[in-house]
Amino acid sequence: MRLLRAGRWITAIALLLLAGVYVRALVYTPVERLQGLAQKIYYLHVPAAIWAETAMIIVGIASIFYLFLKDPRLDRFAHASAEVGTVFAVLMLTTGPIWGKPIWGTWWSWDARLTLALFLFLLYVGYLLLRSAVADPASRARFAAVLGICGMVLVPFVHFSVYMFRTLHPMPIVLKPSEPSLPGSMLATLLFSVSVFTLLYVGFVTQRYALSYLREQLEATAGGGDSGMGHA
Amino acid sequence: MPSSSSLRHAWAVASKDLLVEFRSRTGILSAVVFVVLVLMVFNFGRDPTAVSNLVLAPSILWVTFTFAAILALNRAFQLELENQALDGLLLAPIGRGSIYLGKLVANLVFVATVEVIGVPLVALFFNVEVWPHIGPLAAIITLATLGFVAVGTLFSAMTVRTRFAELLLPVVLLPFMILPLMWATLATTSVLADRPLSEIGGSLKMLAGYDIVFVVVSLLLFPATVNE
Repeated sequence: MRLLRAGRWITAIALLLLAGVYVRALVYTPVERLQGLAQKIYYLHVPAAIWAETAMIIVGIASIFYLFLKDPRLDRFAHASAEVGTVFAVLMLTTGPIWGKPIWGTWWSWDARLTLALFLFLLYVGYLLLRSAVADPASRARFAAVLGICGMVLVPFVHFSVYMFRTLHPMPIVLKPSEPSLPGSMLATLLFSVSVFTLLYVGFVTQRYALSYLREQLEATAGGGDSGMGHA
Repeated sequence: MPSSSSLRHAWAVASKDLLVEFRSRTGILSAVVFVVLVLMVFNFGRDPTAVSNLVLAPSILWVTFTFAAILALNRAFQLELENQALDGLLLAPIGRGSIYLGKLVANLVFVATVEVIGVPLVALFFNVEVWPHIGPLAAIITLATLGFVAVGTLFSAMTVRTRFAELLLPVVLLPFMILPLMWATLATTSVLADRPLSEIGGSLKMLAGYDIVFVVVSLLLFPATVNE
């Protein structure tokens, strides 16, 4: 299938560029004065976090359109985006503690930002669990769309709660109302990494989308012959 | 959107649910007994010499209300599954929005009853002064409850028709409950500790914002959960 192959190529290129991000981050970007080498994980942690949140918003937007247009492609896309978002959320939740241990002296702190990052991940898990618990494809798509839209609405609350509480987690230094307070070379590396993660997201979602399409085709043909699947 | 006739229809749905509940009283009785049991579990699961009651009471209050609310919400659409009552309700010549509002009101009354019984119990068991702060406390409880019951009513309409309904509702709902719970616990802590009322302004505003957003979103999305 063409889409699947395209997705594989995009992912392969993105992974290659990810190696480039490492080279740039380690060799060509200055070492942060206070945190030393530990800060290098920033170039993975932040893009992963950005895409973990953005994927949820994309799920929500696809869900809104699904409820109006009832196009199964939109549902498939929302599902793909949610699964890829889960992966990025896991990446955010694993790189965070690895960074936190040397700098804060603790793997995890129950402050607002971290807790809510965990809940973003659990939101994804809930979405995927709800999908797996509904047998009928039409109701599954509608239920998932409802939850996806609610999840999208929750994300801004999650995002702005960081301003309400004093936390260990640093405040956003790029996406904030005033000028970015990051030196130019670090900002360049970060933006490079964000674009690579964007490519990764596109590659993963394309593959996942193609896979669900193939699975649906398979289920349709298996359902036509004998009702048993799982032999495939 | 809510005209006077749709509000009347919503009240009809709510009073039907409340009447069923009032006649049997199983739901509310089990919920109250459940609250007492959870409070007892808390009492045995803590070291009274390490943490003062005043520090612990807000958390106990809100964790108990969370569990009780989930119990109540699970039951909201369970009633409609028997004898295909939901199909009958959907065939009735009333808007989907009215059905949602009716269910929301019935759930709110149910959870509020549990909370009205729960607050004095927490005061009794954990020896905290509740009465002098009853005004602000009522405001916090009202705002927080409205928010998570609004989302929960929407979700229970979906989860009740899935496999593992009773398990799936908390898994899906808790990420949405955690924010109102966090604001409510913060506000309750500062109210019970006699700190100035201006401190809880921020939390109350967030709770009110959450309520407005999620009541509107749920009202708009509810038709998608029941239309075939």
